[in-house]
Formats: sequence, C-alpha cells, structure tokens
Amino acid sequence: MRSFAGELKKFSGSLRTASVVAILAGSLVSLPVIAAEGGPDFGHPNNDVSNIGSLQRGAKIFVNYCMGCHSAKYVRYNRLARDLGITEDQLLNNLMFLGGKPFDMMRNPMPAADAERWFGVTPPDLSLVARSRGTDFLWAFLRSFYIDDTRQTGVNNLAIESVAMPHVLWELQGMQRAVFEEQTHDDGSSAVVFERFESVTPGILSPEEYDKFVRDLVNFLEYIGEPIQLERRRLGIWVLLFLLVFGLFAYALKNEIWKDIK
Amino acid sequence: MGRFSDNMSQLVDWIDARFPMTKMLKEHATEYYAAKNFNVLYVFGVLAMVVLIVQLITGIFLTMSYKPDAEKAFASVEYIMRDVEWGWLIRYMHSTGASAFFLVVYIHMFRGMMYGSYKKPRELLWVIGMLIYLALMAEGFLGYLLPWGQMSYWGAQVIVSLFGAIPGIGEGLVEWIRGDYFISDITLNRFFALHVAAVPLALIVLVVVHILALHETGSLNPDGVEIKEHKGPDGIPLDGIAFHPYYTAKDLVAIVIFAIAFSAVLFFAPEMGGYFLEHANFEPANALKTPEHIAPVWYYTPFYAILRAVPSKGFGAFLMFMAILLLFFLPWLDRCKVKSIRYRGWTFKLALTIFAISFLVLGYLGLQPAVEPYKTFSQIFTILYFSFFIFMPVYTRFEKTKPVPERVTFLSG
Repeated sequence: MRSFAGELKKFSGSLRTASVVAILAGSLVSLPVIAAEGGPDFGHPNNDVSNIGSLQRGAKIFVNYCMGCHSAKYVRYNRLARDLGITEDQLLNNLMFLGGKPFDMMRNPMPAADAERWFGVTPPDLSLVARSRGTDFLWAFLRSFYIDDTRQTGVNNLAIESVAMPHVLWELQGMQRAVFEEQTHDDGSSAVVFERFESVTPGILSPEEYDKFVRDLVNFLEYIGEPIQLERRRLGIWVLLFLLVFGLFAYALKNEIWKDIK
Repeated sequence: MGRFSDNMSQLVDWIDARFPMTKMLKEHATEYYAAKNFNVLYVFGVLAMVVLIVQLITGIFLTMSYKPDAEKAFASVEYIMRDVEWGWLIRYMHSTGASAFFLVVYIHMFRGMMYGSYKKPRELLWVIGMLIYLALMAEGFLGYLLPWGQMSYWGAQVIVSLFGAIPGIGEGLVEWIRGDYFISDITLNRFFALHVAAVPLALIVLVVVHILALHETGSLNPDGVEIKEHKGPDGIPLDGIAFHPYYTAKDLVAIVIFAIAFSAVLFFAPEMGGYFLEHANFEPANALKTPEHIAPVWYYTPFYAILRAVPSKGFGAFLMFMAILLLFFLPWLDRCKVKSIRYRGWTFKLALTIFAISFLVLGYLGLQPAVEPYKTFSQIFTILYFSFFIFMPVYTRFEKTKPVPERVTFLSG
C-alpha cells in the first residue's frame, strides 16, 4: 500500500491519470439507470421491507385486489407465511380463498387466453415487477389513474399511457380528473403537460389512507421481488465483520513474514 | 511427532519418484523469485485467479438447478433465487463475480500497459493474456443469455447479428451461430454448452499457459528492471524474493480486501444499481417485444460505443473488433526500449492517460441511448482511442526517456 502511495506522489502524471479515472468511475456508478418512464415524477413510496406489519397488509391487499387477474407464480404461499410471521391457519383462512396446499405457488386461476380476450393483454406476472420496473414506478402507476372517456376502461394512466388495466382500486381512491396545461417553450413549440389531479368522486379512503394502502402494496411487491433481501443484508454484516477480523490477522501475518525484507 | 514427519517425508519421496511434486512447488512457489517492489496494482493477477475459481465453483452449483430450456430457464433462475438452499448466494456470487472478473482483468491489463509488461521478452505472455481476455468476453456474453431475460435475449440478438456485417458469409454465419433464424431454444442450449464446458476449459488451459509463460520470463516490476540481471552468488536475483511465503502472504491480504469489496456488493447491492444485473432482465425474454433501450452490461460498453459511433453497421463492427485486436499488437507498436512509465517520456504518459479516459468515457457512452450529444462524443473518443495505437510507433520512437536505474527502488517500511 505504502509503496503505491509513494509511487503516486513521485509521478504526478500517473497521479492525474488516477484521479481522473477515479472521478470518471465515480460518476459512472452514480448515474440513474432506469430512465424515467414518461410522465411526471411522483417521488418515492418510502416503503420499508423490514416492516412486517406493512408486508402483512400488503399481502392481504395483493390477494384481494391483484390476484383476481395477476399471479406471482414464483412465490410460494408458505414461504410468504414464514417470512411474514403468518400461521398456516391464518394463511389458509385469509390468503388462500380458492383452496390449495400451503406450498403452492401464488398462481391465478384466470386462463391466459380468456384474459387476453377480455383485456387485450395477459395481465403480467407480478413476482418481479418491483425489480424490473422499480418501486417508484409502481408508486406512480397505482396513484395516477384518471378519467378518460376515450378509453374502453374509462380510465387512462400517467405512468403507462393507454394502459389496458382498469382502475380496480377506484372504490378506494375515488375517481380523479387530470388537469393538463399547455406549455410554450422558448423556441415557440408547445407541449401539453400534466398539471395536477382533481378529485371527481371521493373514495372510501382519504387520500392519505390511499397512499398508505399503496405504500403497503408496493412494499409487498418489493418483498416478493426478492424474498431473501432482509436475510441477505443481515448475513452480509456478519460476513463483513468476519472478513475485517480475518484481514487484521492476514495483515499481521504479512508484516511478520516481510519484516526482514530490506 | 517425529514419527509422523518421518512418514510424511517418506510419502513425499514416494510421490517425487513418480511425479515432480516438490520440483514443481519449488519452481513455481518457494523458489520462484519476484521483485520485492511490487505495488498494489500487482495483486490483480492473483485476484483474477480467485474470481475464476469462484466462478467455476458457483457455476457448477448453478448448473445443478438451472434448466437450459427457453420455457424453463427464466423460472429455473427464480427457483434458484427462492427455493434452492443458499441458491441466492451462489447466484449472486456468480453474477457479481462476472463483473468483478472484468474489473480485475481491466486493471490487470492496464497495469501491464503502465509498466511495459508486454515488452520483450514478454510478448507471448501478453498475447496469451489477450486470448484469455477474448475467452472471457465470450464467456460473459454466452452466460448472459442463460437467465433468458429481456436483456439477455435482445443483447444476444444485437451482438450475434454483428457477425452479419461480414461481407459474403455474414448472413449464413449468423444463422450458423444461432442454429435458427432467430435467438431460440436451440441457441440457448448451445450457448449453455459453450458457457459451461467449452469456454471454461479454454480459459483454464490459457490461464495455465499464461502462468507458465510468466514463470519462464519472470515477473516484471514497477521499475521495469529485469531482476535476473543482478544475481547473488547463490544464483538468486538480488532484488527477488520467493513467491511463497512473501507474495502468498501479501496476496492473502489483497484477497481479503477484495473479498470485503465483493461482499459489500453481493450482500448490499447485488444489482449494483442496474449495472451488474440489469433491471430489464427481470422480465422474461419476449421475442415479440423489443425493449426501448438495449444496452449491454458495463464491461462491453466501451466497444459498444465504438460500434455505434459509426453510421455504417459493417464499418462499426469492423472498428469494434479492431479496438480489441489492436491490443494484441502492443508489444510491436511500442518502439520505446524503456519499459516502466516511471522512466518514460511525457508523450507516452499523455497518450496512456488519453487512452484510459477514452476507454472510460466510451464505457459511459455505451450505456446511453444513441442520441446527441452522445453520438458526437462517441466519435471523438473513438478517434482518441484509436490514435493511441495508430500513432504509437511514432510517439514512442522519439520519446525522451529518463535514465532507468540498475536495481529496483524499494522503500522498506
């Protein structure tokens, strides 16, 4: 280590190279990867996958509102129960309405061909949606349905233009209208930009309650995207601690062996 | 104790009469002398070996649960991530290892360029190393198809179609590689065979040959001084120390530090913000749905940027292959007798700095969509990248070098 530091001091040319390299490498890592899907920025859901209560509520929401059409076919019910502290009885009574065994996958009974006929597309499996699209996207998507009479479903969505999915949560959120504004740029061109939502009919939930509802659901989707994530971080701390201690011994050994090298 | 060691030495004698075990240990470890002034950049060869071993072992375990079948591949990866005991750890080790492999190898190669490790008499060592790099690129590319996600599929589609740019045989060649008219189950199966058997075998053989070649010429050092030219009365280079125990002990420290960085990624950011595992690859491959933005994994992006810098696909592909091929000829393009950057002139230092910046900037540009201003920048940095090689025989011939010391410089601490 020390000899390398000395090296850098000695040769300012290499030093400059190294610092430029470091800066460039740093800027490379900090760049956002998912390009913003069209539409306005709705911020972050600020969900917390270590919040078991939120995950349990999210599981219930998912089973009640999403699984009519969507599946989570890579997720086992009993894995979910184990991770979320749900007993087998609770699982069978509250989350598995259609029967089945606890070790079943979270499939959905709707035939894909029918789904395609009804909606124009097969509703996608949601096991990995939080990993492929990101939680910010889900947060925006579930909160930005708005009335659009030109659509067959009567609604459109800001996060996915002309989405095939109807607003299945309308009873909870209520219906909202999107207000667009025409913006004129400096070069004379103009564009229609989303301005705000206006409530048309209130839902069962207040806006704050609906946000909490969506946050729980997004949280659950993030959890099923990678069920091991909490365990992974827990284990990682122990692995790093072990390596640090082992590293100290390795360093002492190296110094002992090298002490006579002049 | 005495009895035991007697028995042990008898066993060693028995083996040595039948296999050169002690002889090889001496030749390659306890009596292989390397300069004592290695700096931190000299650990990356060993780290590359460590990553290779990690990839081989985790790869074998992944093979036990992975299914090379277009219908099942994606689901089998999720099965590994969710149902296989410790499967997630093995898979993340393998996916993190892929990126770590390239990172380590890029630094290893750049070290070789800084200190002139490719120069006479180490030309062949460099060429073998370049072959390893080629095999590694092939291995990474083949393996990336296996999870059968959207990026796997469309990335393979883009890269395989590059071979179509070869005049005359292009179209037929692409079909021959895919084994089909599009990337299909057949392609997946053969990529699997190549990824788990053919290329790893080639890699292992090449790595052994690389080390044998290295031990024939001896390792160079940051001063670019041949330590064999100053031997003591015992025939041991005066500036040399035995690989074992000195460098094994030092490398162990490096391996632990590397393992800490590796674990930090593996346990806390296995996707590395989408650079190690691309977000779009969590969606199963869909031949009917082209992703909006196809970007290869970060370790190929410098070359991808060169490909896209040129409007003509054929010429772009040609330049891309040339960008790699030119590296093979470094030992003959560089006319300067002085090896280490420490004693070379400002022209080479400047050229190498520009080369490094070009490589990194191209790597960044390869991740961006092919729109302005990225396109213009790609063209500028492609020219700079190639200038490093094209003008090398000129700027290295008239280089104003500094006097090279007889012996290595070593600050004992």
